[in-house]
Amino acid sequence: MSEINLTPLKPAIEKYIPLGRSGLLPALHAAQKIYNWLPEEVASEIAKSLRVPLADVHGVIEFYSMYYNKPVGKKIIRVCTDQACALKNADGLLHHLCAHHGIEPHQTTEDLSLTIEPSPCLGICEQAPVALVDDQAETNISTDFHTYEVGTPRSIVDGTLRILTANCGNGPTSLEKYGKYAGLEKAQALGRLEVIEEVKASGLIGRGGAAFPTGIKGEGAERAIGDQKYVVCNADESEPGTFKDRVLLNDDPHRVIEGMCITAYAVGATKGYIYIRGEYPYIVPVLEHALSEAREAGYLGEHFDIEIRVGAGAYICGEETALFESIEGKRGFPRVKPPFPTTFGLFGEPTVINNVETLCNLPLIISEGAQGYRKFGTEKSPGPKLFCVSGDVAKPGLYEVSFGATMRELLDLAGGVANGRKLKAVLLGGAAGAFATEEHLDIKLTFEDLRAAGLPLGSGVVLVYDETRDMRDALHRIGHFFAHESCGKCYPCQMGTQRQMEILNRVAGGRVLEGDFVRLQDVGWTMTDASICGLGQTAASAVLSAMKLWPELFEVKS
Amino acid sequence: MTVTFLMDGKEVTAQDGQTLLDVARENGIEIPTICFHEATTANAVCRICVVEVEGMRTLQPSCIVKAATNMKVQTRSEKVVRARKTILEMLSATMDLSEAADIQAMMKEYGARDERFPDAVRRESDIKDDNPMYIRDYSKCLLCWRCVQVCADDAQFTYAINFEGRGYETQIGTFFDKAIPQTTCVLCGQCVGVCPTGALKPKREFLLEKGKTPAEISVMNTGRKQRKPR
Amino acid sequence: MIKPDRITTTTCPYCGVGCTLQLHVKDDFIYKVTSPFDSPVNHGNLCVKGRFGYDFVYHPKRVTTPLVRRYLLEGKPKPEGREQVYAISVDGKPIPDSQISNDWDWVETDWGTALNFVADNLVRIYKRDGSDAMAVYCCAKATNEDNYLLQKMYRALFRTNNVDHCTRLCHAGSVVALQQAVGSSAMSNTAGQVIMNDVFIVTGSNTSENHPIIALQMKEAVQKHGAKMIVVDPRRIDLVDMAEMWLPLKPGTNVPVFSAMAHVIVKENLVNWEFVKDRTENFDEFMESLEKFTPEYAEEISGVAAEDIRKAARMYAKAKNGAIYWGMGISQLSHGTASALALIHLAFLTGHVGRDGTGLNPLRGQNNVQGASDMGSMPFHYPGYMRVDNPENRAKWEKAWNIEEGGLNLKLGLTTTEILSNAHEGGIRALYIMGENPMMSEPNLNETRKHMTHLEFLVAQDIFINESGAFADVFLPATPFAEKDGTFSNTDRRVQRVRAAHKPRGQARPDWQIICDLALRIETRLGVSTAHWAYSNPEEILREMGSVNPDYAGITYERIDKVGLIYPVPTLDHPGTPTLFTESFPRGRGKFHPLDYVPVREEPDDEYPFILTTGRLLEHWHGGTMTRNSSLNEAYPEARVEIHPADAEIHGIRNNDPVKVQSRRGEIVVRATVTEKTTVGVVFLPWHFHEAAANLLTNDALDPQAKIPEFKACAVQVFPARESDLPNPDVVVERGRY
Repeated sequence: MSEINLTPLKPAIEKYIPLGRSGLLPALHAAQKIYNWLPEEVASEIAKSLRVPLADVHGVIEFYSMYYNKPVGKKIIRVCTDQACALKNADGLLHHLCAHHGIEPHQTTEDLSLTIEPSPCLGICEQAPVALVDDQAETNISTDFHTYEVGTPRSIVDGTLRILTANCGNGPTSLEKYGKYAGLEKAQALGRLEVIEEVKASGLIGRGGAAFPTGIKGEGAERAIGDQKYVVCNADESEPGTFKDRVLLNDDPHRVIEGMCITAYAVGATKGYIYIRGEYPYIVPVLEHALSEAREAGYLGEHFDIEIRVGAGAYICGEETALFESIEGKRGFPRVKPPFPTTFGLFGEPTVINNVETLCNLPLIISEGAQGYRKFGTEKSPGPKLFCVSGDVAKPGLYEVSFGATMRELLDLAGGVANGRKLKAVLLGGAAGAFATEEHLDIKLTFEDLRAAGLPLGSGVVLVYDETRDMRDALHRIGHFFAHESCGKCYPCQMGTQRQMEILNRVAGGRVLEGDFVRLQDVGWTMTDASICGLGQTAASAVLSAMKLWPELFEVKS
Repeated sequence: MTVTFLMDGKEVTAQDGQTLLDVARENGIEIPTICFHEATTANAVCRICVVEVEGMRTLQPSCIVKAATNMKVQTRSEKVVRARKTILEMLSATMDLSEAADIQAMMKEYGARDERFPDAVRRESDIKDDNPMYIRDYSKCLLCWRCVQVCADDAQFTYAINFEGRGYETQIGTFFDKAIPQTTCVLCGQCVGVCPTGALKPKREFLLEKGKTPAEISVMNTGRKQRKPR
Repeated sequence: MIKPDRITTTTCPYCGVGCTLQLHVKDDFIYKVTSPFDSPVNHGNLCVKGRFGYDFVYHPKRVTTPLVRRYLLEGKPKPEGREQVYAISVDGKPIPDSQISNDWDWVETDWGTALNFVADNLVRIYKRDGSDAMAVYCCAKATNEDNYLLQKMYRALFRTNNVDHCTRLCHAGSVVALQQAVGSSAMSNTAGQVIMNDVFIVTGSNTSENHPIIALQMKEAVQKHGAKMIVVDPRRIDLVDMAEMWLPLKPGTNVPVFSAMAHVIVKENLVNWEFVKDRTENFDEFMESLEKFTPEYAEEISGVAAEDIRKAARMYAKAKNGAIYWGMGISQLSHGTASALALIHLAFLTGHVGRDGTGLNPLRGQNNVQGASDMGSMPFHYPGYMRVDNPENRAKWEKAWNIEEGGLNLKLGLTTTEILSNAHEGGIRALYIMGENPMMSEPNLNETRKHMTHLEFLVAQDIFINESGAFADVFLPATPFAEKDGTFSNTDRRVQRVRAAHKPRGQARPDWQIICDLALRIETRLGVSTAHWAYSNPEEILREMGSVNPDYAGITYERIDKVGLIYPVPTLDHPGTPTLFTESFPRGRGKFHPLDYVPVREEPDDEYPFILTTGRLLEHWHGGTMTRNSSLNEAYPEARVEIHPADAEIHGIRNNDPVKVQSRRGEIVVRATVTEKTTVGVVFLPWHFHEAAANLLTNDALDPQAKIPEFKACAVQVFPARESDLPNPDVVVERGRY
């Protein structure tokens, strides 16, 4: 075994030592930057420095798919093989790359120069197929795989409104361009309780997928007693088909930061975190720059400051309590609720955690007032809304509309089904969402209308499949996705995602067994009813919807 | 302070803060448990103890959910039974339950079938026999978490074991898969004491099961030497 | 899956914590140990010894047939000297190729023959040389009943107080200090109360290895109850990881460090004056002696920063509930009594004693060292700590033992170390050792060896032929804990049941039965019939003792069946006494004692530059009679010397290197563990390993009052050695736990 030189490690992790265990993920990232992987000696040194038990450090490394405890290539290519990319021959791309370098997926070349991995959704669905090559995205890869764009993905933004996305589409917006934090200043003039009242009155509902009223959260955290309160921005955007937060964070970071500042002011928080998924490395410098601008302008400082935390490849960390665990330097296991984050959140303290898009609404609400904000949207779903339209449409992209637009209107904005084909299905809300078909096209995309139709809004995913698509392939990818992303904590999800994947593999492979239909239903309902967190509770959502729409797919072929 | 509520249609009284599981047991209502153990922090991992609480979207784990006034709890609704039965069937398709008598009894009670999931990938692993005190057979591990918990803050503050992998591939493991003596393990065997399935077993019990006689076992610890590491 | 024939609930035979064990038995073989989660002391937690270390019971080397030396059997006169023999003759044939005369061969015999040899020789010597020639080592591992009977046999039949056991070697300093200062000698509070402390001091105790379950409770106190722990220890022991402060003092500098803490408490007026006024005496005289113990003075001697001493003193003094837990690092010094007194003073000054969650808590080492002491297995005391030189006490026991008035000896007996050093013509001639192993546990073993050979007659009653038993004339095979009934009294005075899991192996017999059988044979030869020796069960023995010793008066087997009782239990309806001294101290007022700093007897110099301190390991137990004959030995098969990386570098020593450790008295070769667990200038050795016995090196200097040897500090040198110098070059410990 070759000797590992620990000399460069010490300065690289020094700043994380005072954070204790909470510094574990950043320290592992820093170490991996040096060594490319995490050898035992390195993990051991980090454990000792941060005073985290060795086995726990190993447990964390093992949990996150972007940490490696075996040598990997100097360069890592992660090819997205999820829904939208799959429609653009991502499998072909993966095999092409592997064949070209003479390795299999998940393998590393002998000279340790390259590793190629299939990846869950990279959040660049509108420019499929895509790959992440180290810290750069390769997007719009051509059908012959030879041409593509490299770097930070472009933002393709359109819609009937350009309020939340006003600054999007032209690269990062500087503070100078963004202007002063008018919402924050107005909030400070209003007073804390009035800010919360205003947000409540606006009827803002969280945009991350769980659809919880934002004002109520703030009120809970404001009332909670704690030594220290936190505001966390959930930027772990990982729901397949979702890319809105990527665009917002990259193009308009100050809107997010201002939203966090308003929240912090309202609830009395002095510390904030932006937890951004590890698959968006190119956004991190943008955020860092924006934070330093905000600090310089005095929006951030001793009264409230924000730290960036970078995930490491775990969809579950989008679940709010799993995200806390991850910031705390642990495996991303969701916690049992109650207690809820507003009273017992990050580090056990009162915490408000909101999605990026939700936070972006706050400056607007405060500036315009609840009444002004309510000019957009419906009574029960007020405000503007971003939809991530991808798949078989003519113009995939991020679309901002007023709540109340129908799916048909949205598809029309996106130029309709591509290549003049007919619609087969729309995956609404991502892998944790549900399938809709032609008959649902006139339903308004609001919380209330969708709920009435038994469909989820989720994170605003509208992923289109044209008439030629084999839905069994989409289902098998969903099965694989959840089996890969289940944290393994509770039995229904830990085993259910596996059993679901096994049955969906049989469905996709035309090997359906007698009883699979009921089996899949029992597994699905058991996960839905009995899982600990939203991941397990929605892991069968799309599958169960497909079973209603296309029961024949799940029948034994005679 | 006491609270009064309905459990299976019957009015029951509980102390404030008492769990539904506790109340059920006091009232002679049988709720099965797997991961729950009196000496470990309840984590509501196995979800076999779930019950249906009126007004709640999902089933609630009775081991941690506290009784509250006017709650209406069904401990054996159709949803509850489907969840329990399916969880048991999935367990049976996943691991070796041959030494988990309690779970076998549960399967019988809920009509759960061993072969419900044909062609299921099972979690299998070789027996780890790397220390003089106990063996680890993770083919029998159902990830109740008790061993990890008692090794950590629930009892021993030793932190020798944690999890490997995630999801279905989760397993209990040591730092870089080191043999137990090379970890921080103090060989207290607390993990063995709380293991519900025989995945962790005292070495001598294991040898006796393998057909070794007491006399044979007694000489086994007399001659073994450890090799010097290079 | 194995279904047990039965599950026997009993008490762990290792340390003083007193964990409840459930022995799972199949075909008279224990295959598994569990502990009920509602067990009173350990709440279901065990350590490696308790859960897995019972297999010595079945070790092939265990002796289950009475043995006598060939010379005895063949009626020859005893050959000169004394030989250490482990081998047993097969079918009575001479041991082939023996380097030693076959007269010393161990030969198997029957109980009658063996016991008659013992009775004949003991009585012969007693008749010839009188009481002062007789001595006995009782046993901190045996039951209360066993110990009570053995001291009774020696006191009642041989009229001697030369009765002691290894308490002398562990906590004698603490016992004497506590006797002087408060008039009692046990933990004042239960270990479980540690979770009620908000500040506690752990000193001279590597609790994680020596009282693992108490260490868990300490960690729980810190992690879950917000308590602050102050560790005062020359080693960076495991507990330091969770401590608020670690004061790494030089071995043997307890008196200055703790006196300086007292100095700070007084000078900063953190004294609980009400307590000092109402509950203590001699404060003024003590104050005078305290003047010189400034933190700066203590820093100079101990190496602990004066500021840390101040901080620790303030923390402890300002606590709502403060407590002190200590181990042998306090007592095993030539000023062990003074060290313990320095701690006691802290409690007096702050009033951190006499309430729940406070206290003076010497953690007793062995499963029944408390009980053996309670049973009068000591040269100055009858059971119940009744002085033997007090005629009133004597009268009570004379009555109980049916002895003529004035028949028992008023003269104080000799202590363990003194017994052996008096083994010569005109001194001790016959020694009876039950379960102890002085050839491992005494300091300066080369001296001990000489003394052993000077004995005229030696009896060993044990389960293995250990290093001491190998010198004996007769070996009486007793039963281990798993094959007998009785009681143990744990470190916090809880008297608990010991129950047989199965019948004795071979011809082995429970100790109490051996003693009764022997006592009757002795009585026959003495032509007297005095004390009672016909017990139908061990409970009758305990009840007899309790009829005179008020601490145990209310204890019956029925009452202690489930969770034991914490003595004093003066009456049959008394609930026990978890917290002592709530109203007053047994001696009335707590007494301050003026102290002076006395350095350790042998300080390092150019020739022997290191301080050697000795101690124990989690996996092993004392002289190793049990653990070295168990799978525990596989878990930790060799002695290793711990040396600080800075020292190791200077001496060119790398981890795992063989090194010679040498003192003025002896030398051993072991592997080195290069670790920051020890401090610069200090090396550490465990003393469990006969092939590299740490006590070959230790100093036999004694504390003048407690007569405890200075195990914790002597001067040594460390040299690189060759692999081939190691006693077992192919053995190496690969453990990650440190």
